[in-house]
Amino acid sequence: MSSAHKEPVAVTGIGQTKHAAARRDVSIAGLVREAAQRALDDAELSWTDIDAVVIGKAPDFFEGVMMPELYLADALGAVGKPMLRVHTAGSVGGSTTLVATSLVAARVHRTVLTVAFEKQSESNAMWGLSLPIPFQQPLLAGAGGFFAPHIRAYTRRTGAPDTIGSLVAYKDRRNALKNPYAHLHEWDITLEKVRSAPMLWDPIRYSETCPSSDGACAMVLTDTRGAARSPRPPAWVHGGAMRSEPTLFAGKDAVSPQAGKDCAADVYRQAGITDPRREIDAVEMYVPFSWYEPMWLENLGFATEGEGWKLTESGVTELDGDLPVNPSGGVLSSNPIGASGMIRFAEAALQVRGEAGEHQVDGARKALGHAYGGGSQFFSMWLVGADRPSA
Amino acid sequence: MTRDQRYPREIAIVAFAQTDHTRSSAELSEVEMLMPVLRQVLGQTGLHTGEIDFTCSGSSDYLAGRAFSFTMALDGVGAWPPISESHVEMDGAWALYEAWVKILTGEAETALVYAFGKSSPGELRDVLSRQLDPYYVAPLWPDSVALAALQARTLIDAGETDERALAGIAARSRTAAQDNPHAQLRGSAAPDVLLEADHLVQPLRIHDTPPVSDGAAAVVLAAGDTARRLTDRPAWILGLDHRIEAHSLGVRDLTDSPSTRLAAERAGLFETGVDTAELHAPFTAQEIVLRKALRLDDTVRINPSGGALAANPVMAAGLIRLGEAAARISRGDSDRAVAHATSGPCLQQNLVAVLEGEAQ
Repeated sequence: MSSAHKEPVAVTGIGQTKHAAARRDVSIAGLVREAAQRALDDAELSWTDIDAVVIGKAPDFFEGVMMPELYLADALGAVGKPMLRVHTAGSVGGSTTLVATSLVAARVHRTVLTVAFEKQSESNAMWGLSLPIPFQQPLLAGAGGFFAPHIRAYTRRTGAPDTIGSLVAYKDRRNALKNPYAHLHEWDITLEKVRSAPMLWDPIRYSETCPSSDGACAMVLTDTRGAARSPRPPAWVHGGAMRSEPTLFAGKDAVSPQAGKDCAADVYRQAGITDPRREIDAVEMYVPFSWYEPMWLENLGFATEGEGWKLTESGVTELDGDLPVNPSGGVLSSNPIGASGMIRFAEAALQVRGEAGEHQVDGARKALGHAYGGGSQFFSMWLVGADRPSA
Repeated sequence: MTRDQRYPREIAIVAFAQTDHTRSSAELSEVEMLMPVLRQVLGQTGLHTGEIDFTCSGSSDYLAGRAFSFTMALDGVGAWPPISESHVEMDGAWALYEAWVKILTGEAETALVYAFGKSSPGELRDVLSRQLDPYYVAPLWPDSVALAALQARTLIDAGETDERALAGIAARSRTAAQDNPHAQLRGSAAPDVLLEADHLVQPLRIHDTPPVSDGAAAVVLAAGDTARRLTDRPAWILGLDHRIEAHSLGVRDLTDSPSTRLAAERAGLFETGVDTAELHAPFTAQEIVLRKALRLDDTVRINPSGGALAANPVMAAGLIRLGEAAARISRGDSDRAVAHATSGPCLQQNLVAVLEGEAQ
């Protein structure tokens, strides 16, 4: 396969809503419009500069609207333009970004708006995931019930002490205090409060789970010429990939799925990364339950198998550590499900643009955005850099 | 033969398979419905799942009545070792578009595209009303046939068609479907007989509406010499584009389809003639709108497969139009064809592809 004729792709606009348990002040259209308008403002572009819109969200049952992109065409300035709707479960925010990236890379369009959202307060995500289907295994009391056994498998396999999960939650919730868009701002958070929170799905405590949020994220992606007109430094896409594997089968490693490893390897190959631990400056990874930080550190090649928890324990993943993970506060602090993956991608881009504000990682030049979904079976990732990738 | 070089790579549809579409497939899960189609389409090319560079599907959770309905279908693909894969919550025609873009980037040489939809578990007319503006329109539950009737009434009032002409479209489509073993409705009474029936929703009679269908379809795309290696006569994609219009019916001229016209223009349709058109017009009156937007005259063979009036598996029906047009080219029955897919109420969103076979 040759990719020599691909157009370099730049992120020149990023917008988010203030994520909250319920945004009763806006409709679904108002919510996505808010993020999109902020992305356009950031890029100093208007709606007429946009050639196409790519939108993503998690299941339609979360809001109770079938194919809501049809109704959202007007709000997103898409009338007369191409509009695609991506849906790849929890990884959708990342996949949506990558589909938009491909449109520019293939030179089908020059400037593309990509948007992802979830307005969980319109419905009930727990019920949305729990519709009974004959002869099929139901999801087990929400996502936590599904993932807790995999976390227990991880701690047994690695011998990680049971204190690691609370360290991640404490870190991410403190990072969120520096991010004005984060849903949870727990100003009185202490490590002791996290450790003594009620147990929900052993070993996952209440404070180690993501909230249910209303929120949207948007980005403007553009080609080399568009990047040259960017009022602020662009982030450049150095690599992006998606991988999927079946939900349940005998050979599946639910602790460290092969699809995640393959996806990361593809991104690193595209970006010329040979030592991710040393070459990547910041990571926005999809951590809906705190224990997934050490698990994904291994899956993504930042630590050898069984060693991920040691990075977390030693403070490497703190905002001022050697490999900051989720400086924005991550999914643990804001989880508008369909948007959560795109927020990871967008926050990675903010870091290499030097535009992350109080949660900026000093001198970040290369950052990884990561998303996963389903039963740890859908993965999407990108690596963005401050420099234009070499041809 | 020279092909338009508007894109950096030549990409073709090289294989197409579909189910026999039925009113109900209660005895089959979606995966069971889909798996024979996947096996057939790969069998046509001799490729195995692991040799496909990119996979993309189209489906809707609301038809399946469950979140993440596509995840079970993915299990049927056999995604192990892990595959590069994506999904659109749209008709499979848009999954084909995403796959086409992926091949254009050079990141893939081949792609598998599939779509499936079972309408039988629910009341499709009611289910589709959940597509509408959730605050102002959906609470009124306007159903899909009523909305199509509104469009047909607008066309009749504008003098663009009448009920007799619409009956002619139904009769022509379902008569053509006699040659299509996969079609659900095959054969038709004469238009005069059709017009004796009562109205379903004025001005539409039952023959003006599509059957409620369960079904699935799949195609394989390939680039350049790979396409030539996989099939004798690839259906090259000369152009592919899609556009959306405003959602609210009150701000659209329902007698016209500017999004179809724009997509056709961007796909290069107006620079070249076609001998065949596969139009995704689930309601008879919509064919009138599409013929006008696509500037199709009487020399063009419209819906030789029978079209969506003969089988309308929602989420697959648009992809089937692309597949039928491509299969016709591959068989040598067409040299250049236009295929169209639609989504949303009253033709809100439209995709147009221009396909061509090498000179014979």
